[in-house]
Amino acid sequence: MPEISIKAEHIFDFFGFRVTNSIFLSLFVLAFCIIITYFYQRDAAASKKSGFFYVMQMILRSLYTLFESIVKEKINFFFPFLAAFFVWIMFQNWSGLLPGVGSITIGVPEGEHILHVPLFRGNNADLNGALALAISAFILIQYAGIKFLGFKTFIQKFINISNPINFFLGFLEIVSEFSKIMSFSFRLFGNIFAGEVLLTIVAFLVPVLASFPFLMLEIFVGFVQALVFSMLTAVFISVSVSHH
Amino acid sequence: MNVEAVKFVTVGLTMCIGVIFPALAIGNIGSKAVEALGRNPEAESSIRTAMILSLAFAEAIAIYVLVVALILKFT
Repeated sequence: MPEISIKAEHIFDFFGFRVTNSIFLSLFVLAFCIIITYFYQRDAAASKKSGFFYVMQMILRSLYTLFESIVKEKINFFFPFLAAFFVWIMFQNWSGLLPGVGSITIGVPEGEHILHVPLFRGNNADLNGALALAISAFILIQYAGIKFLGFKTFIQKFINISNPINFFLGFLEIVSEFSKIMSFSFRLFGNIFAGEVLLTIVAFLVPVLASFPFLMLEIFVGFVQALVFSMLTAVFISVSVSHH
Repeated sequence: MNVEAVKFVTVGLTMCIGVIFPALAIGNIGSKAVEALGRNPEAESSIRTAMILSLAFAEAIAIYVLVVALILKFT
């Protein structure tokens, strides 16, 4: 059984930048997203549209109605962020399930001996990837609060010296804002990493066919986690832009 | 008991105790959602979204436990 490591492994250096296997896979996912965007953009401008355009249109439309039910009339400002979170996380989760991810290994010199590490690793199975997404969601939530409430009203939620109870509540608000980063990142990382560990263990317990139902489960989990991440961001945004 | 044995027992107990409460929560959420669906079948889509959202919250606790157990096991 391959050794399971919690952190992503370093595979090569690119001009002094440590490239880990999770970054390496996420570059492919980025390229895939850019290609899809290019074709969608091209079809949107053309007069004769292909079937691909209508499929994408349908997916985006259902996402739009879903988020519209949460953020209401501010949907046109927030939709690009929320849909980008959804699509990006979903592709990242699913890319970890592709054949070859985790099973293709390369040798990396480590001191005297050579270490065999996986060439690819799902980006959300690395805590850094999930943490980056969580921090960007956190910044988006705070930015939404400042933009739609004004800086003065926004800061009054956290620092309020009108009476002692409000002062203490503001302190609790600050803690709850920062705990969002932790819960976002650990939820995503935990689900995806646990899925990869589960698939590895099942594949080595029963070599044939037993992985199949778990693969289906992981596809569903990848979708649900993307949905949960973007929906929670939407819910927190709608809380943060509302007046008290 | 040596250190290795204590580690295995701790991993087992972490999962064992930590998973009780999320399991109760998930069962409760499911039963309440079905109850609400029986009372008001037209509201299916909004019940489903609320249910999945709260399921994810409850499941996240189990996932934290799992992450702690994995860290104990593999480091």
